[in-house]
Amino acid sequence: MLNNDVRYKIAERIAQELEDGQVVNLGVGIPTLVNAFIENKEVYLQAENGLLGIGPPPTIDQLDIDLINASKEPVTITKGASFFSSADSFAMIRGGHVDVAVLGILQVDTKGQIANWAVPNQPILGVGGAMDLVVGAKKVIGAATLFTKDGTSKIVKKLTYPISGIRSIDLLVTDYAVFSFESGEIHVNEILVDMPIEQLSEKLGITLKWREPVD
Amino acid sequence: MKQKVLENVRDLISLFKDGQKILVGGFGISGTPLTIIDLIAESGVKGLHIVSNNLGDYGMGLHQLFIRGQIEKAIGSFFTINREAVVAWSKGELLIDLLPQGTLAEAIRCGGAGIGGFYTKTAVGTELAKGKEERVIDGERYIFEKAIKGDIAIIRAKKADKLGNLIYHMTARNFNPMMATAANIVIAEVDEIVDVGEMDPEQIVTPHVYVDYIIQTAYKKEGDQYVKQ
Repeated sequence: MLNNDVRYKIAERIAQELEDGQVVNLGVGIPTLVNAFIENKEVYLQAENGLLGIGPPPTIDQLDIDLINASKEPVTITKGASFFSSADSFAMIRGGHVDVAVLGILQVDTKGQIANWAVPNQPILGVGGAMDLVVGAKKVIGAATLFTKDGTSKIVKKLTYPISGIRSIDLLVTDYAVFSFESGEIHVNEILVDMPIEQLSEKLGITLKWREPVD
Repeated sequence: MKQKVLENVRDLISLFKDGQKILVGGFGISGTPLTIIDLIAESGVKGLHIVSNNLGDYGMGLHQLFIRGQIEKAIGSFFTINREAVVAWSKGELLIDLLPQGTLAEAIRCGGAGIGGFYTKTAVGTELAKGKEERVIDGERYIFEKAIKGDIAIIRAKKADKLGNLIYHMTARNFNPMMATAANIVIAEVDEIVDVGEMDPEQIVTPHVYVDYIIQTAYKKEGDQYVKQ
């Protein structure tokens, strides 16, 4: 339950980053939860299997096995929605027409490069749209709890999980803090818990700096 | 007018042969030509190379061909959900070519458009770029991905006219329109077949030129699943 609360907290914080009029792709896991916090915004949700305009979850009567998101969960559509092929969908993604991709991550390095598709020493047999979204979206927001269940930080100096692409993400929202990545450096935008930046640095084993305010 | 609509799906059985490369539409079970897959299972052909996003759901679609040992190689983007396929792969009983989903879709589109391959930023610097040619275009790194073509494509659509024009149903469209263009023989499984002229030309997604055979599906949707009639 506690873990679930943390996941919703992260999702709610990510929703604040989204702006009216944006086309947004929500990945599997915490990103899916973001949908619950954007009701007051006009955001167009894209599903990489071929839909722009995902609506709220369906009632039993609305269920259609042929209306699903990229996690193969049943969805509904909004007014103004459109369907297209997977080739068109990934042209939309790779071509830079999706404003924001929110992706679950397993690890991120201090430059902002992520690992989110495979685990070491496990067979590598699934990737889906993860790599296309990392390179293609105009802005990539990572979503994760900052520590794994055994207390290991997901922010690392060097990735030990297989990398998802050479492009750095822009923002990382965790349960402890919001981080940004610019010019190959990690910065803290905001700390969401009662903890000074020095203590957070110590916990992560990384010297963290505040992001310079932008005028 | 060539007779593309077949009354009996079994008339297609002789088209399938050992060792063919078959493109199979669908994402999960949605948009999958289940009736034609049942026919391939019945035909017993072996050594197939299957191009499809994944290998069906448990007991349905391509999973059937897998459990019968008819698939030699699977080319797709997400096999993690097909646990038995993962086991078979680790024992060396199944070959797998893993591609990012967008690369898979574009490779098939190129295959159907007479293009030999393409350069993409997707997967640059990752395990999936190993052994692939890399080049820098306008200062950015790209890898070369080869186009994909099949001997046969089996696809699923909502409606066909007797010429073979097709429209799809919501997210069941997925890989089907590209696959319709990228094989020597294209078979469409549909819910409804109408006379020529009954479909709005502005709404046709796949023009008839691509489609060789049309059959009526034997499956019906009941709630959140497909059931054989």
